Amino acid sequence: MTLHDHLPALAVVVPLMAAPVIVALRRPTAAWAVAVAVSWACLAISGQLLQSVLANGPFSYLLGGWAAPWGIEYRVDPVDAFVLVIVSAIAAVVSLYAKTSVAKEIDPDRQYLFYAMYVLCLCGLLGMAITGDAFNVFVFLEISSLSTYVLVALGRDRRALTAAFRYLVLGTVGATFYVIGIGLAYMMTGTLNMADMAERLPAVAHTSTVRAALAFLVVGIGLKMAAFPLHLWLPNAYAHAPSVATAFLAGTATKVSVYVLLRIVLGVFGGTGLLTALPLMELLMAMALAGMFVGSAVAIWQPDLKRALAYSSVAQIGYILLGIAFLSETGLAAAIVHLFNHAIMKTALFLALGAIVFRLGSARIEDIAGIGRRMPLTMAAVLVAGLSLIGVPLTVGFVSKWYLVEAAIGAGLWPVAVAILLSSLLAVAYVWRIVEAAWFAKPSDKALAATEAPTALIVPTWAMAGAAVWFGVDATGTMGVARAAAAALLKGVAP
Amino acid sequence: MREKPILRVGTKLLIPFILLFALYVQFHGDFGPGGGFQAGVIFAAAFILYALVFGMANARAALPAGLRRQIMALGVLLYAGVGVVGMLAGGNFLDYSVLSDTPTTGQHIGIFLVELGVGMNVFAAMATIFFVFASRDPSAKEDG
Repeated sequence: MTLHDHLPALAVVVPLMAAPVIVALRRPTAAWAVAVAVSWACLAISGQLLQSVLANGPFSYLLGGWAAPWGIEYRVDPVDAFVLVIVSAIAAVVSLYAKTSVAKEIDPDRQYLFYAMYVLCLCGLLGMAITGDAFNVFVFLEISSLSTYVLVALGRDRRALTAAFRYLVLGTVGATFYVIGIGLAYMMTGTLNMADMAERLPAVAHTSTVRAALAFLVVGIGLKMAAFPLHLWLPNAYAHAPSVATAFLAGTATKVSVYVLLRIVLGVFGGTGLLTALPLMELLMAMALAGMFVGSAVAIWQPDLKRALAYSSVAQIGYILLGIAFLSETGLAAAIVHLFNHAIMKTALFLALGAIVFRLGSARIEDIAGIGRRMPLTMAAVLVAGLSLIGVPLTVGFVSKWYLVEAAIGAGLWPVAVAILLSSLLAVAYVWRIVEAAWFAKPSDKALAATEAPTALIVPTWAMAGAAVWFGVDATGTMGVARAAAAALLKGVAP
Repeated sequence: MREKPILRVGTKLLIPFILLFALYVQFHGDFGPGGGFQAGVIFAAAFILYALVFGMANARAALPAGLRRQIMALGVLLYAGVGVVGMLAGGNFLDYSVLSDTPTTGQHIGIFLVELGVGMNVFAAMATIFFVFASRDPSAKEDG
């Protein structure tokens, strides 16, 4: 076997083994160097996997050499590979940014812990995306969740501890619901392999056990992806976590949970006919619409910008859920491309906020007053990513909303199309608030003392903000992958 | 606890047997009930008992934080390393059959080493959890 055959396993093994190496090294700079090397190695592996899956179709890797329905199978198809690339690309860019920001925000003797948890979280997220085994998803879900709790708890003040604890309680409830759902499905099918389970479920779809399994899974995954109204853990966790952790998690953690929802609900339960027999899609649509409006509206009133953007994430998850709820190829493609687009723009925004926190020690709206002239490059990145959040043409946000509206019209749901546009107006409001404070308000004392952020923070921030424009101008590549992924997912869904 | 000779002597008598039992559970794991997780917990229990009777300072001296951290890291590396050796030997990740000339022996060696890794990790993690919670001062950092 060549190295290329082992890539699916290496995507998980490399970050997994890096974590203990970092713990053994302990020195902050060495720990950071390992984290950077691992993140970029994962990006290279994911890129290779995406390339081979697009060229040669889906392929499998059998862990320990045990044959598929019995052993653990790593299955790579276009959806997995796309998510792998998103997660590892965000991790790679954020890792470059991490050194300067982490050195400022975390005690030197705890920095190695941060980097160990960072690569462990990366391992969990990549594992969730690549595995084809429903229980293995739970294992990786726990790896990523536990490391996330630690990342949040490493935040600057003691409120980070309560935020991490609240996330721990709700995250554990979510993971437990997931494992109960998988347990019920296992009870009826006797298998944990997703493909095998998808084949066996239709025969027992009429039982209430399978319906209960679906309900547990949707609620459990909904908690992990912070779908409204299960989002209560998210604003505090994002607001109090270290800036680097927030940027990384905002771009990846909820996205991978959305992927798990797609994989389990459409991929495994798609053939049962339950998706249309039960009012599941209507429920998801209601949750999505409520999240879009409530998330954006609450974001307008937040005094802390990190919290404001966290609520905006709740709204953006709503857009993704809406795309899924249409259960059409365009809707699904819009949802999948928005996974990528939202990951880019939210990471850009949180990286820029991290640069502001680096200089000001706070990201409160009154402190950033007049910062636009002091930190022009940072605030320009905020502006670009903010415009993308609204959905202005030539940015990635526009691409997502265009296809979402197209899907809504295609489904004959005019009011939903109008709702998408109306909720964008709310995004204008919270982005305008930042612009107004940064450029038109009287400078605060903190802002007067501030200077432009260091280059080590500016470059990764602009790499993300630039990507938000790049993939907004030319969306053929991302839309192509998203369409292929949507078509592959919908193939298994019974009408 | 200085004035409780029975406890002190009893503990000193018990600890070697607890450690020995942990090793039995560890190395018997691939033939009968037992395995790395259980063994790690029992092994840590010996140190926890020592800490309860002889105090945290002595226990910390016997098992410093730095050592625990290294054992934890080594445990994971051993587990994953066995998988990587399987890869280098021409099998898939965690394929033990290629570790020896005959697949059966290979499976034995593989599960033995993997369980050893689990045992080391669980032991160090259990001891660390106890030591962290046993610190009186919540802000005291576990370093050394």
